[in-house]
Amino acid sequence: MSATPENATLPSTPSSESLQMNMSRSLWEDAWRRLIRGRNGQIGMVIVALVMLIAVVTPIVDPYDPTTDSDLTHSRLPPSAQHLFGTDRLGRDVFRRVMHGAQYSLAVALASIIAGSVISTAIGMVAGYFGGAVDSLILRLMELMQAFPSIPLAIAIVAVIGPGLVGTVLAVTIVGIPGGMRVARALTLSLKNLDYVEAGRSLGAGNLHILMRHILPNLISFVVVGATLGVGGVILTAAALGFLGLGAQPPAPEWGVMIADAVPFLRQSPNLALFPGLAIMITVLGFNLLGDGLRDALDPSLSGTA
Amino acid sequence: MTTYIIRRIIFVIPVLIGVSILSFFFVRLIPGNPVTVMLGERARPADIAQYKAQMGLDQPIYIQYIRYMEQMLKGNLGNSIVTRVPIAKDISYRLPATIEAIFFALVIGITIGIAMGIIAALKRNTLIDTGATLVALTGVSMPVFWLALILIYFFAVNLKWLPPGSRLDANLDIKQITGFYTIDSLLMGRLDLFGNALWHMILPSFVLSTTVMPSVMRLTRASMLEVLQKDYIRTARAKGLAMRKVILKHTLRNALLPVITVIGLQISGLLGGAILTENAFSWTGMGSWFFGAVTGRDYPVIQASILLNAIIFVIMTMLVDISYAFIDPRIRYK
Repeated sequence: MSATPENATLPSTPSSESLQMNMSRSLWEDAWRRLIRGRNGQIGMVIVALVMLIAVVTPIVDPYDPTTDSDLTHSRLPPSAQHLFGTDRLGRDVFRRVMHGAQYSLAVALASIIAGSVISTAIGMVAGYFGGAVDSLILRLMELMQAFPSIPLAIAIVAVIGPGLVGTVLAVTIVGIPGGMRVARALTLSLKNLDYVEAGRSLGAGNLHILMRHILPNLISFVVVGATLGVGGVILTAAALGFLGLGAQPPAPEWGVMIADAVPFLRQSPNLALFPGLAIMITVLGFNLLGDGLRDALDPSLSGTA
Repeated sequence: MTTYIIRRIIFVIPVLIGVSILSFFFVRLIPGNPVTVMLGERARPADIAQYKAQMGLDQPIYIQYIRYMEQMLKGNLGNSIVTRVPIAKDISYRLPATIEAIFFALVIGITIGIAMGIIAALKRNTLIDTGATLVALTGVSMPVFWLALILIYFFAVNLKWLPPGSRLDANLDIKQITGFYTIDSLLMGRLDLFGNALWHMILPSFVLSTTVMPSVMRLTRASMLEVLQKDYIRTARAKGLAMRKVILKHTLRNALLPVITVIGLQISGLLGGAILTENAFSWTGMGSWFFGAVTGRDYPVIQASILLNAIIFVIMTMLVDISYAFIDPRIRYK
């Protein structure tokens, strides 16, 4: 599905392109050019940029305090020109709350994706590079973590840490570690025996130097793709925790919390559940498309395979 | 084959032991005295004394673990703090409810996913292909709990075609034989009950099926496209075989192999989806039980749920691996 019709019918596009490649361009410049040429990447980038813009700009232009925002005389109004998405049980404008919700989802996603990528890449590199007992110990531990399905595990972690945004970030981060670690480990295994690593070692480079200067730079594009593709899942899990009352707490305008608030009024005011859900869906879709586009752009050999 | 199955089963044992250790320590991680955590604030002194003796709380930690395992293997998982009902009893009727929903979800998700994947691959780069891909993409991007609410609104509240939740109409009564309502109703010889149970199954299992459908569709499409380019397909076409036959006999069989793996990878999503779906449909399964326990701080139930979730997950993954080996002989000899 990742293939746009152009490169799906012409699987040779990337290679013919690399032949004419301008040698002064870096990997990232090349990838950028391919990204903005693919349709998935384009749509994904627009959506993600828009959501990020909303997340950053909304709190600046429209300061919002959810604890004081209620007007019971305007409870559960249907969508209108004045209240685009209608108002909720407490008379709060749903459109305004959906806009403010963007920052919650993005903050949780960004925090846990960055933390998770750093931790899982570090562990994976160490396991793959040193091998032996360290490797098998780490692998067994990861296998054990992966024996727990992810949402139940996240819920269990929140049960220990306590509900809230911090608990959500921690839970989502921990759940994501084994997957990223496996990718980093597999890549490190294939990289560590390459000639230039060997050469570096024979010139007396230390392990840390090799890991940071020779292995990490070659992993980074995969980490970025994995992280981008992971954002969607993180947002969904965080929203699920919010919906279950274990994540962000009311009256925060978090999308999952808003949907949970809407459940008792589903019959009369379905708009209360509809709009925050659409916001989640569009955001996740944007990140998934961007991730697909990035994967195709950074590794042309994969384009069109899945 | 037998050796492969035995090897695969032996491989599961250390994982299960590890899982049991983790679920044992889980209770120790919760701030507070484990006795208060496991029996609740208002436990009677007699219960506390009995629990302490039973679990050996004055003994070293590894003895405590062995005691815990001993009780568990005897089927004694403790009592719920909130309802005081033995956990094993709750599991006996909640586990079938969840497995039944997951089973139907898998059937729906795999059937529709494969069908959509085949059509998309055959009509490659047409509007149909783009449409199917778009549906799959939106499918993975949608929160399950939200889809559940939207479908309840449409099909139960608005159109009144389907029930909004629960496993059976409130005025109907079913004898718990296996706990699977579709089987129990047939065992009772009551086709009306069977129909009613199925009718209640449609929405929850469809919602749950969306956790597997998109990836099954995407992978079926990709692997169909790959197989369609193979020389033996061209040979089959060249010797004059009808396209229908080529697709059914030559392409599909080979294309479906990787699909089984992706089903194995989606089991985690199914179990997580079950928690959210059951919650939305007031389905009395493991998921809503687990959720209720977390909100009610019912730690013995949480502990048992985590353990059970992991056991189901590990066993289902194992079954997928074994079925894969059945279909693809190359796996067995690795």
